[in-house]
Amino acid sequence: MSDSSNPRPSPPRSSSQREPEARRPWQRLIIAFESPGPRRALQATIVLLLIVMPWISSQYTTVILTNALLYVVLCLGLNIVVGYAGLLDLGYAAFFAVGAYTVGILTQQFGVNFWVAIPFALVAAAIAGIIIGGPTLRLRSDYLAIVTLGFGEIVRFTARNLEITGGASGLSHIPEPSLFGWRIDSAIDFYYVFVVLAILAYVASQRLFDSRLGRAWLYVRHDEDAAEAMGINRVRIKLAAYVIGAIFGAIGGIFFSVNLGAISPESFSFQQSVLILLAVVLGGMGKIPGVILGAFIVVLGPELLREFDTLRLLIFAVLLLAIMLFRPSGIWPEKRA
Amino acid sequence: MVKDARPPTVAETATERPGRVRLRLREIEAFYGQIQALRGISLDVHEGEIVTVLGSNGAGKSTTLKTISGLVRARQGEVELEGESITRLAAHEIARRGVVHVPEGRRILRGLTVQENLELGAFTVKDPALRRQRLEDVYARFPILHERRHQDGSLLSGGQQQMLAMGRALMHGPSVMLLDEPSMGLAPKLVTEIMRIVKQLNEAGTTILLVEQNARLALRLADYAYVIENGEIRLHGAAATLREDASIIKAYLGLGEES
Repeated sequence: MSDSSNPRPSPPRSSSQREPEARRPWQRLIIAFESPGPRRALQATIVLLLIVMPWISSQYTTVILTNALLYVVLCLGLNIVVGYAGLLDLGYAAFFAVGAYTVGILTQQFGVNFWVAIPFALVAAAIAGIIIGGPTLRLRSDYLAIVTLGFGEIVRFTARNLEITGGASGLSHIPEPSLFGWRIDSAIDFYYVFVVLAILAYVASQRLFDSRLGRAWLYVRHDEDAAEAMGINRVRIKLAAYVIGAIFGAIGGIFFSVNLGAISPESFSFQQSVLILLAVVLGGMGKIPGVILGAFIVVLGPELLREFDTLRLLIFAVLLLAIMLFRPSGIWPEKRA
Repeated sequence: MVKDARPPTVAETATERPGRVRLRLREIEAFYGQIQALRGISLDVHEGEIVTVLGSNGAGKSTTLKTISGLVRARQGEVELEGESITRLAAHEIARRGVVHVPEGRRILRGLTVQENLELGAFTVKDPALRRQRLEDVYARFPILHERRHQDGSLLSGGQQQMLAMGRALMHGPSVMLLDEPSMGLAPKLVTEIMRIVKQLNEAGTTILLVEQNARLALRLADYAYVIENGEIRLHGAAATLREDASIIKAYLGLGEES
């Protein structure tokens, strides 16, 4: 299995097993974290770091990290579609938009409680997933990529042209949610909300990966015909990936909209879809730690390069190209050679 | 080669076939785009038999198997399993009814271990005890697969990959196994080994429909044989009868020199 974080009990590594020799120290480090003990330590450290971060850094950093955590949720969602099921989706921002707009419209225009609006947003995203996936997932090859690209644009244009979505200027004054009397409104509050979401997305991704469904995705991704010849319903399995991915995207969108308090069609452009896809491919498709790393790189990269001013996007692009050239299957190494 | 004249079938002389009909094809026509691959294929597979479909490259042998397993849709005609039509079922539904296709070229999943490849076969088996039992059975039948269970399945030799493909099908617990050219690309010694395994599987109760280019070998193994040419059945009869009639084999299969 290609996912490095797969915790299925594997027999102790003997010398006969073909483990790729780690040539560089950082590679050795990554491989070391594939065994359960160090991995748990790493997870605990990251969670601890995420908890204390706002207290040891500036508000600016907190806001950027919040954005990175949003991307973690989105990327893990797209990873289910692209990495697990092997379907190329170029319009993933559409599901992000469906979540954001459903909650935005319900809370701001109809005065619905935020928490009540969430299930509606999730159902809307699932339906959108079925509408777009149902007819297209029967097709083989890359038609799906084209259709999803179109779907992404359709959603954005619809949002731009409807009155209920606020047209091109979008929706503003989306009310902040509160939870048991605690009003979620400061940057730090939202930061912690996204910490929780990212952890949930991580756990869900891991569980899905290890599930029967995860197995079916693995087989279908490798060879649709062989999987089908063994009784796996190819279309249903792919649709499940699509709908679950859509729900992850919607969750990101739901909290994105209340965090910013305002959304506009331009938040959900094709570029957004590409950026999310980039993070997934960059980190290593199907590999959860890689995808998380990719999400952080895509968000933090441009920020860290801020001092280069106008050159920063150029430098960032070159860095990305270099990574793809030298590690074509992503940053996180494959478990097998 | 006789082209147009309808050849004498040996069928009339060899109608005694034991067991119920398990799988029946009636006048199957299949197309790839505009090109007609099958022109009215009818054949029967009885319970417990090894039936072989012979023919040269492009005759329609593999298409016949694909039509049965649902990978290719028949435009005309019916495929019946135990008297029930499965023509319009999806491939995965046909598989769930116990018809398992071991495709040409084995289709071992790259990057997955031998054991993971085998586990694919038992995906629809819900009972974990039964899955374990089947895995043990397959390992007992193919010790080499047990030895290599943690290796990448695609790195096995051709013969071992064929065993893996057959093992994967056995994990599914098939009632009918469709074998597409299991001997392809194998050394003669391995071919004999694979054929011995096919025979064993059959003796253990699996009904087998075997597509082969190596006609002599297949006829030695099979109970009944069909010869396909240009998407049509040209000849059929008990394998023993066909085996005796060297001239027919030569005429339809052009095989004189093969062992």
